[in-house]
Amino acid sequence: MQQITTEGNQERMQRLVAVRPRLISFARLQLRDLARAEDAVQEAIEAAIEKDDTFAGRSGYETWVFGILKYKILDSLRAQRREGWWQPLDEELDEAAIDRQFQKNGRWDQEARPSDWGDPETTLHSERFWKIFDLCMTALPDTAARVFSLRELMGLSTEDICRETGLKQNNCWVILHRARLRLRACIERDWLAEEA
Amino acid sequence: MFKMMMCKEATHLMSKRLDVPLTFQEKLSLKVHLAMCSYCTQCNQQFSLLHETGKQYEKLIERDIVTLSSGSGDSR
Ligand SMILES: [Zn+2]
Repeated sequence: MQQITTEGNQERMQRLVAVRPRLISFARLQLRDLARAEDAVQEAIEAAIEKDDTFAGRSGYETWVFGILKYKILDSLRAQRREGWWQPLDEELDEAAIDRQFQKNGRWDQEARPSDWGDPETTLHSERFWKIFDLCMTALPDTAARVFSLRELMGLSTEDICRETGLKQNNCWVILHRARLRLRACIERDWLAEEA
Repeated sequence: MFKMMMCKEATHLMSKRLDVPLTFQEKLSLKVHLAMCSYCTQCNQQFSLLHETGKQYEKLIERDIVTLSSGSGDSR
């Protein structure tokens, strides 16, 4: 009896150790700070162990831990706001970066015209894509990266994002539009450059 | 008659579409523009791909485990 529990625990620890790096990079995209990301992951892992002391090697365990992590990330985000570490800005000064992608008449600028990234399934399974995604997320302005991440990585609705950030919904859409345009330009440059 | 929409405005709708349902008029304008503009069609696919990143992250986390167990000899 005792032995089974120990084996279960060992397997659980192994699995947690294996996902930890990926969890940290996920949290860092949202929290924009490695130390805070590590703290959030640590808290999530501790909470997972505490809640599930009869771990039976079930599948979907990591997804469950990931779900806990999302709550911890939101907690940490709220703390960042309380401490004045992050002040959501309605007006980000990156209009110029967007305008550069278009001509005055609203058509794509020749240099910025979107190209084919290849099969989406293959792209999303490429470790190189995730490296580029990470770099481009880090290069985004603070508010743009956080709002994008809340929407696309954490899966919050824009309504919930407004509640979390104090931004107006209209501004949320503007920020998301700009963030997506900047991200696509950044990813395209690196993704196609190395492949060529 | 509606006015021809330009690419910049089209990307605005492609983005908004991922956050909130478009009105009938918006859907129609976007559809017409996409039918005629290959660059915006690419951009639309890229936005959709970015929209998948959250779900894909979850799958990557599961895959980390598959890698781990295949290393130790298990099938899964
Ligand atoms: Zn267009």
